[in-house]
Formats: sequence, C-alpha cells, structure tokens
Amino acid sequence: MSVKVKPDTCTGCETCVSVCPFGAIEMKDGKAFITDACTLCGACVEACEFKAIEKDVEQAGPAKDLSAYKGVWVFAEQHKGEIASVSLELLGEGRKLADKRGSKLSAVFIGAGIKGKSKDLIAYGADIVYVADDQALKDFNDDSYAAVLTTLAYQHKPEIILAGATAIGRSFFPKVASTLYTGLTADCTVLDIDTVTGHLHQTRPAFGGNIMATIVTPNHRPQMATVRHKVMKPAQRDDSRKGEIVEVKFAQSGAVRTKVLKTIDELTETVNICEADIIVAGGRGLGSQKNFLLLEELAKVLGGAVAATRGAVDEGWIPYSHQVGQTGKTVCPKLYIAAGISGAIQHVAGMQSSETIIAINKDPDAPIFNVATYGIVGDVTEILTAMIKKFKEVRG
Amino acid sequence: MDYLLTEEQIMIRDLARQIAVEKIVPVRAELDEQNKFPRDIMKAIAQADLYALFIPEEYGGLGKKSLELCITVEELSKACVGVATTYASSALGTYPILLYGSEEQKKKFLPDVATGKSLVAFGLTEANAGSDASGIQTTAKLEGNEYVLNGTKQWITNGGEAELYTIIAITDKSKGPRGASAFIVEKGTPGFTFGKKENKMGIRASSTTELIFNDCRIPKENLISKQGMGFIIAMKTLDSSRTGVGAMGVGVAQGAIDEAISFAKNRVQFGQPITSFQAIQHMFADMQTQTEAARSLVYSVARYIDSGAKDFSRASAMAKLFGTDVSMKVTTDAVQIMGGSGYMKEYPVEKMMRDAKILQIFEGANQIQRNVIALDMIREATRAK
Amino acid sequence: MHIIVLVKQVPDTSEVKINRETNTLIRDGVPSIINPYDRYAIEEALRLREKHGGKVTAVTMGPPQAAEALKEAVSLGADDVVLLSDRAFAGADTWATSYALSQGIRKIGDFDLVIAGKQAIDGDTAQVGPETADMLGIPFVAYIRKIERVEGKKMVAERLMDEGYDVVETSLPALITVVKEINEPRVPSLKGKMKAKSLKVTAWTAADIGSDENKIGLRGSPTQVVRIFPPTPRGQREILSGNVEEQVASLAKKLKEQSLI
Repeated sequence: MSVKVKPDTCTGCETCVSVCPFGAIEMKDGKAFITDACTLCGACVEACEFKAIEKDVEQAGPAKDLSAYKGVWVFAEQHKGEIASVSLELLGEGRKLADKRGSKLSAVFIGAGIKGKSKDLIAYGADIVYVADDQALKDFNDDSYAAVLTTLAYQHKPEIILAGATAIGRSFFPKVASTLYTGLTADCTVLDIDTVTGHLHQTRPAFGGNIMATIVTPNHRPQMATVRHKVMKPAQRDDSRKGEIVEVKFAQSGAVRTKVLKTIDELTETVNICEADIIVAGGRGLGSQKNFLLLEELAKVLGGAVAATRGAVDEGWIPYSHQVGQTGKTVCPKLYIAAGISGAIQHVAGMQSSETIIAINKDPDAPIFNVATYGIVGDVTEILTAMIKKFKEVRG
Repeated sequence: MDYLLTEEQIMIRDLARQIAVEKIVPVRAELDEQNKFPRDIMKAIAQADLYALFIPEEYGGLGKKSLELCITVEELSKACVGVATTYASSALGTYPILLYGSEEQKKKFLPDVATGKSLVAFGLTEANAGSDASGIQTTAKLEGNEYVLNGTKQWITNGGEAELYTIIAITDKSKGPRGASAFIVEKGTPGFTFGKKENKMGIRASSTTELIFNDCRIPKENLISKQGMGFIIAMKTLDSSRTGVGAMGVGVAQGAIDEAISFAKNRVQFGQPITSFQAIQHMFADMQTQTEAARSLVYSVARYIDSGAKDFSRASAMAKLFGTDVSMKVTTDAVQIMGGSGYMKEYPVEKMMRDAKILQIFEGANQIQRNVIALDMIREATRAK
Repeated sequence: MHIIVLVKQVPDTSEVKINRETNTLIRDGVPSIINPYDRYAIEEALRLREKHGGKVTAVTMGPPQAAEALKEAVSLGADDVVLLSDRAFAGADTWATSYALSQGIRKIGDFDLVIAGKQAIDGDTAQVGPETADMLGIPFVAYIRKIERVEGKKMVAERLMDEGYDVVETSLPALITVVKEINEPRVPSLKGKMKAKSLKVTAWTAADIGSDENKIGLRGSPTQVVRIFPPTPRGQREILSGNVEEQVASLAKKLKEQSLI
C-alpha cells in the first residue's frame, strides 16, 4: 500500500514534483523521492510519462461478495412534506445509472404524513419507494434517519445509494456509511458507472476547487455518494409510470438521544455572493441601470447571484455588498459571468479563482479575456438578452 | 533588513502582526469613519498577553522591555495608528507606576494592567499647559488622609475608556516646577468626570477627552513617590515612552509603503505598470530607505534603554523626532504615488497620512524634541570643556 | 467539562493557484495551516471551558509535521494534545481516518463533548465528524452555529440548515461540528505560544491505540482515488465565434456539458 518510484526508470524530469497536490515528492540524487506527506492519491502515477511511478494496490482485505448488491437507491429528501428539488435531480441521475446497469431505481422516503407523496416519486422515475412514515420521523434526526436507511440497506443490499449534498444528506449519510463500513464520496459533480464491474466513478472537486478527483469504492458495497445540488438534470414527471410502494415500519431502538425543539425558517432574499455557485457580474460597460437589470434576470434564470465592479457600484446601480474585487469581496463560484467588465486587476483579484469564467465585452483586447474560459466579443445588451432566452430553454 | 531579533521577539512580532491583519485591518476604516473606540481589539490584545508585555513578572506580566514594546507598537501601527495609540497610551500611563510607584501600588494596580482589565491613561496636558508643562493649573490639596483634586485635563488619550489615570497636579504653587506631584485616580471616583469626546483629524479609533476633577477625593496612598516629584516623573515617563512613538512612525510608514507598492504594481498608465517609471521607483527607494533608517534608530535606542542606560532623553527624543517626521513624509508620498486613489477613503493611505500627523505633535511636539536634543548637545559640549 | 477538539493540518487552499500552461497546481510557498473551520471549534471549546471549567484536548491524525497544528491549538489555549501518527495510517479515507480517531479518543478516555470544524478545506467532505461519532457510539449534530446551554448531560444548540435553523437538544457525550457563524476565533496568546514552542508532542502509533490493521490507512479505506485532474483549464480561453445566437448556443452547450447550468 504505497506509491513507489522505480529509480532505474525515473529520468529526474520533476514533472511529478509539480503535479503532486500535497507537496510530497522531493528530488533526491536526481530521482523522485516520495515523502511521508504522500496520501497515495496517485496524481504522480498518472503524470509520469515514463511509467516510473507505481501505486501498488494490494489493497483492502477480503472483498465482500459484491454480486449480492443490486439496484440504485436515492434518498428522497423532503421538507415539511414537500419533495425537495434535489431529490428530483437524484431520481434523474439515478434513473440513468440504473438503466445503464440494467437494475431498478428505488427511493427511500422518510418523514411524517408523507405517504401520499410516494407516487410522485414513482412518477419521477422510481421503481420502488420505501416509505417510512411515522410521527417520530417528523423532524430530521441523524439517528432515526440513519437507522431507517441502514436497516433497509442491510435487508435489500443496494449497489448504490445517493443523497443530495444538502445539510441533511451530508449530516446523516456518513453515519450510514460508517455503520455499513463502506465508502462515501461527498459533493459529487459527475457520476458514471462501469457497466461491467458496477463501479461508480464519482468525480468531485477537492483542494478548494483547485483539482478534480475521481473516486471509486472497489471492494465495498453499497457505494454511497452525495451529489451537489443543481448539478444533475432533474427527472421529468411521467404520471403513467408504475411502481411499487413499500411501507417501512419505524421502531425507535433505545433512548432518543437528540431531538429538535423547534425549527425556524429564515430564508433571506439576498444571496450572499461569497456563497453563490453562479455569479453574474456587471461593470460600467453595461452603460445603464436598466441594462443592469438584465443581469438580475439572467441570475434569476441560472439561480445565481448578482455581483458588480467598483465602477458599477459607484454608478449606484447596485449596493456595495455586491462589489467584487480588491476593495470588495473575493469570490470563487463555479461559474462567473463577467458582462461589460474590462478586467482591471482590482476586479480580477476578487474573482480569478472562479472555476469557469465567461467574459462578454465589445473590446476584443479587454484584459478580462485573459482570465476568461470562454469569451464572447460583442454588444453586451444583445448577448445578455440572448443568453436569458437560451438558458431559459435549456433549464426548462 | 535583519535586526537580529531573538526568537521570542520574532514571536511577539508575529503575534502583533496577526492581530493587525486579522482583527484590525478589517475594521480600521469603520473605526476611523465612526470615531469608534476599538473595544473588541483591545480585548484581543489583552487575550494575547500583549498588555502583560511591559509589566514585570512579579506583577503578573512578562517583564519585557522597550524593544519588545516598540516591535509590538510598530506592527499595530502598520494597520492602524489609532488602535496602536490606545494600546501604547496604556503603557504611557503605566510608566509613572512602573518607574516610581511603591511596592503596594504596584501590587495593587499592575496585575490588572497586565491582564488588560485596566486600561490606563496619562493626564498631563491642560488648556494652558501643552509644550510648556509648567503651566499646569490642576491642583491637589492634602486634607487629612485624602488629596482633593480640582481642575481640567485636556486631550487625554483613553479618557473615559481607561480604568486608571496617572495625573500630574500642583501640590504647592509657590515651588514652581518642584511643586507638582503625580497621582493615581481610579475611574468612578466621585468628583471625577469626563468632558466631550474630541472629533479628531486622525487616530479616530482612539478616545480623546477632557478629565474633569471637581473636589475629587482620592486616598493619599495614591500619591506616586513624594510630593514635588511630579515633573520629574512626567519627564522620565515621556523619555521612556517616546521611542515607542518613533516606532509608531516606522509602522505607519511601512504600512503606507506596502499599500502603495501593491497598488503601483497593478496600476497601468501609458501602457505599463507605474512601477516601471523611474520617478516612482526613486520615490519608493527614498521612502524605504528613510523608514529603514528610522527603524534602525528606534531599535538601537530601545536596545540602549534596555541595556540599563540612565540618561537617554536625547536618544529617545531623536527616535521620536526622526521616526515621526519620516512617517509624515512617507505617508504623504504614498498618497502621491497612488494619486486620486490614494486620496480616496477606499484605500487606507489617506487615513495613514492623517494619522501620521499627530505623531509629530503629541508626546512632545517635534520642535520640543529638537530643543531636548540641542540642549543636551550643548550641555555635553559645555561639560567637555 | 472535558472537551476534545479534532483538528487537521491542511495546505492553505486559498493560496493554491493553477499554472495555466502546465495545468498543474502551483504549490510553492503554500503554507500549511490549521484547517480554518477548526479554529472555530477550538474557540468554542475554550469558551465552554471558560464557562464550565475543565480541560480541552486537541487531537489530530497526520504525518509528524501535523504536530504543528496541535502546537497552534496549545498557543490558543488547549491544555493537552494527542497526535496520531504512523506510516500505517497513510492513505486513509474518511472511514479509516474516523476509525483511527475514534480509537484514539477511546484511549483518551472520559470526555463530555467532541467538537470539530464542519469540514476541512482540502477535502471538503464533512464526513470525518459524523463517522467518528458513529464509531464512538455517541450522538452527532452537524453545523452548530450557537450553543445555547449545557446543563449536566444535556446540551441545547442551534443547527444551521438549508432553510433556516433548528434548535436541537442532545444528550452528552456527543460530537458536534461547528460553522463559522458560531464565534470569532481569538488570536494566540504570548504565553500560549511560549508553551507551544517548548512542547514535545509524542505520537501515538497504530499499535498504541489498539487498531485493527485492516481498518487503517489505505487498506482500511473503502474509497480509492483513481484520478486527479485539473478543472477546466484557464488560459486556454476560447473566443466563441458566429453571430449572437450561435455564440450563445455554443456557450450553452459547453456549460451544459460541464453541468454548470
């Protein structure tokens, strides 16, 4: 269980030194040397064009009988009896995986007074719905949610279990994985399945989004993952679908250790730009407050937040709390759309870590294009209007 | 430049720097804008043991000396001179007790200073006693076991916020300068109130008020040293603290240079960053050279004091004079380099420039420092004959 | 109260940049820091100690240099530290890490509360807290933004949720993870830094904590990283061509492929 350098093959090119995300490779006598900081991630193995680095994988003890595990499960999250939108995305993705593997898609539905909604999950793609409807399950509780899912998983041995990477999913899924002694991959953005082995290829950002990692659970089942909200495409409703609804009894075992005393909703109108996954930002190049409203419309379509340069804030088009840059906030969303922003360094300093940057500007030499992933040269108003229309279609 | 600081001194510097970066920088503009006293920051400074720095170990302190205090004050000043002034004034107010206090007074007051529970203020200045301290009119009259204080102190840093005040008052008018004495007055003593908070050009995070004594009775044990020692105590206190004001100058100068250079690297005019212009380069070179010279002088004087030197009036006056004159020049140049941006409140250099100005004025105006230096030179030359 | 704080030493990911020519991480000068969320955990532990008395023990698993994170905890005020370090722990995923931590905590013995940051900034999994709680057989409550009160063997706290917050009561001992809204972490104290400097941290090995060798390190880890690659490269920017409709259509296609919309 280690990563080793074959000294005879190593050319001392130092490529591995620069690709190691953990700084665990040093040069010693002109050869690569793996230090204790190594986490066995294997980035160097892939990077070495001379195949001088090997990861020996005499891993993980006796494998379970993996063939006993079948079917894709999703945890169908609900809030106050309403199915959460992330659940529809999971059903959409789960359906795809189940179809590829030729297996069934099941939903696990936990709550109080929710039984009636089970058929909706079938309409959205589930073949089987395991519904645990009990007054004791009214509030989210790590212990009882985990108990329901763990018991079902022991009984039915699913191959895959997915949940939304929500507060609830990320809180209780680890407990289930811990009890089942299996792998859990958090916050996935891409899932794919090896149709032969059934291995789920789970891709997620790591290192503050600086790298992507693909993770598998080769010898344990079920394979568990939480999936980032708004990444997968939601399932389409089809009321003609048929499926089975299985009612699950919930029995409290032992004393209740935690309980929710009260629940307070406090959704605010303003999205904090630091937390937003998608940001639509504008600068002076937009020309007017009226055009700035286009940004807000686009942000609404994409479910993102609106940000601005100092110039736009100075014009009074938007409050200072939305300012990105050296004298404003620093953001690193997945998608940053810079409209009518020239790309002054003061602004770029606050957004250059964004994963994908789209720059829209009429000046092809604007410095913003230097940091852009995609650039569109043209009239900002015209392009924004077209984007709003197009993205509305795409997102349905 | 490596000033050969000990590992412990570097630790102190890093800690002060961490407070500056994490606690002061994010709020300094707001404190300045709103004239707001930095209570949370003072709490952080206390929690970090930085008030314990200048208190001897036997009274719950860490027993560090001038150099450590200068390093701390410099780092705080890099971020905000207003905050640094609040901190340093507590040291200033403590010096009379440290230098001349009785064992009982030290035991009673210093442990709370070390933990930061008691912030301290020094009360010398009055409406008619600025550079000429002999114009003091506040009186203290012994009546039985109590001194009765009457009069008004002006422009007192930490006024209203401090728990302890070391006050210079006249006990015997007929004796002139030898008729002044130093006292410890606790906040909350009947007859002791505060005037309005001053609205200042700079160091707006610090509190500056009048101290009003109206038949304020304090126990006679609160007399520091003996009657008639007031001026000597005041002068020795200022001699000891002056180097720290020089360190404040070094700090704010360096803070302004750091801001200006990071701005200039990214500011493009005529198709290139303005750092590529020799006019700017030469300004930076002069700014850093002057600041480094000031730092060298401040550290040297601090080390000289810490070595046990007795007569360091001239040395500390030079450190104060040079460090603060440099700070005024360097912060002004930083604003100049940053141009319009430098003049705007969005960047911190205009505040640094406003803050720097007070350093040339308080704790002995720089003209007075020159007097001290020159008189000492002349005295020495006379003695040498 | 005896409070155990779980800390992790991480690379400061906010300092990591991508070399746009080679698509590799630029790691030069990226400092190792204590996971920022863990500073909130330490602060909350210190505040509980100030209020209720007791002691704070900081625990980490990692290579020998992870002792630095523990020293930082001491400089902030932690009373005691435990370093779990052994080559056999290398390559541990969240399950195997949680196993080692739970074994280490068992060896420490009596405790009332375990606090961890909500997640570590290098992995961002938020799994080690709940998995460790499960292995210790104690209740877990995530995303605590305020501890309202601790009374005997009970604690009432506010848990941040996606649409607001819950007020949750839990029995103790428990493991909680905290979010940054919970407090404002202090800076170290000089006395703490001096204590930390002279502190000798001895490591507990896999054998010391009585671990099953099949459950630690890479061998004990159900998950395996099979590929690490940079996200969509920057610098290889692409200027879209065509008329407005074509440009926007091709943009929409690209963003959809990357699941960005």
